[in-house]
Amino acid sequence: MRENIYLSLALVMAPLSLAAIGGAPSIFAPMQHETVDIYHWLTAREFVEIFAVAKFAPGPGAMVSTLIGYKVAGWLGALVSTLALFLPSSLLCLAVTQAWNRHRGKLWHKAVEDGLGPIAAGLMFAGVLAIFRLAEAGPLSWLVAIVVGVILSLRSKVHPFALLALGAAVFAGVWLSGFQATGF
Amino acid sequence: MMKQPGSEVRLDQIYWVFCSIGAASFGGGITGWIHREIVHKRAWLSDDDMLSGIALSQIVPGANVTNTCVYVGNRLRGLPGAVAALVGLMTVPFWATIVVYSLWDQISSVPLLQAVVDGVAASAVGLNLRLAYVGARRSARRLTSFAIMLATFTAIGLLHWPILPVLFVLAPLSIALAWPRGGVDA
Repeated sequence: MRENIYLSLALVMAPLSLAAIGGAPSIFAPMQHETVDIYHWLTAREFVEIFAVAKFAPGPGAMVSTLIGYKVAGWLGALVSTLALFLPSSLLCLAVTQAWNRHRGKLWHKAVEDGLGPIAAGLMFAGVLAIFRLAEAGPLSWLVAIVVGVILSLRSKVHPFALLALGAAVFAGVWLSGFQATGF
Repeated sequence: MMKQPGSEVRLDQIYWVFCSIGAASFGGGITGWIHREIVHKRAWLSDDDMLSGIALSQIVPGANVTNTCVYVGNRLRGLPGAVAALVGLMTVPFWATIVVYSLWDQISSVPLLQAVVDGVAASAVGLNLRLAYVGARRSARRLTSFAIMLATFTAIGLLHWPILPVLFVLAPLSIALAWPRGGVDA
């Protein structure tokens, strides 16, 4: 069962891809169980560290799979693991999207679109809350997020990179002045 | 002002937009950025189109952001568009996470760097807040839509009920409420 490490990686990640209902956070627990407890590819501590790395680097949280693949089997492992985690769900999403688009213009399509709008908005608010709660965000994070949101609403031409830099500068400034208020 | 989807958008344009989104995607604020780049700045899709895509992306299993990419790419240029968007989104993060991992011992010993990344992540969440606000304003056009939005937020954000059962109840209800009055489906 473990002769081919690439196959094992794919067999662990691919089912998780389709199990990630409501987004990647829902599969971190089973992913840890598979890779730490069952396959012993890494220790629990290494898993937590990889989680922190994925949070620090750009990209979806599910990039955890890339790092597990990299740790277990180098660059090729990283590639196999990434594809195995992202391809199945993407193909399913593609099929759903194409079916959805085929019916564009029909009356019920408009109703479904109008009906899903408020759901998406509610999910976005819930998502903001979830991100901050997961990260144990402090008041400074909330403040920066709200200020950025307001700036964007008032001056829509601002380049997002400028806003990201603003957040970085505020946090760095607060940290340098010695406050422990960050804790995103 | 809305372009006909797919008429002018080139694959390399899709790739590069998502490449920049991927490079800047710290801390989970990516959906707001996609909305900004695709709807607001380039007018490749409408608000309603994008919001329904976001909702679909959350219902279908998988990372929400990659699903949103697939939706947008496919909407603009079909399968090649979806591939361009997905590959674009993953290009920088794939290399960046591995580089960060290799340098992690050095990085984690510099708390200032951590503060900088936390600040970037907080700003990124601000992009999401802005998108949520856009959605909320559109929902506020109708009392029932607004109620559905609040119910979704309360059930998932505050009560932490599992997303699928909640959506299985609220989505059909919301669609029924949005059904055009007296309209007969074609």
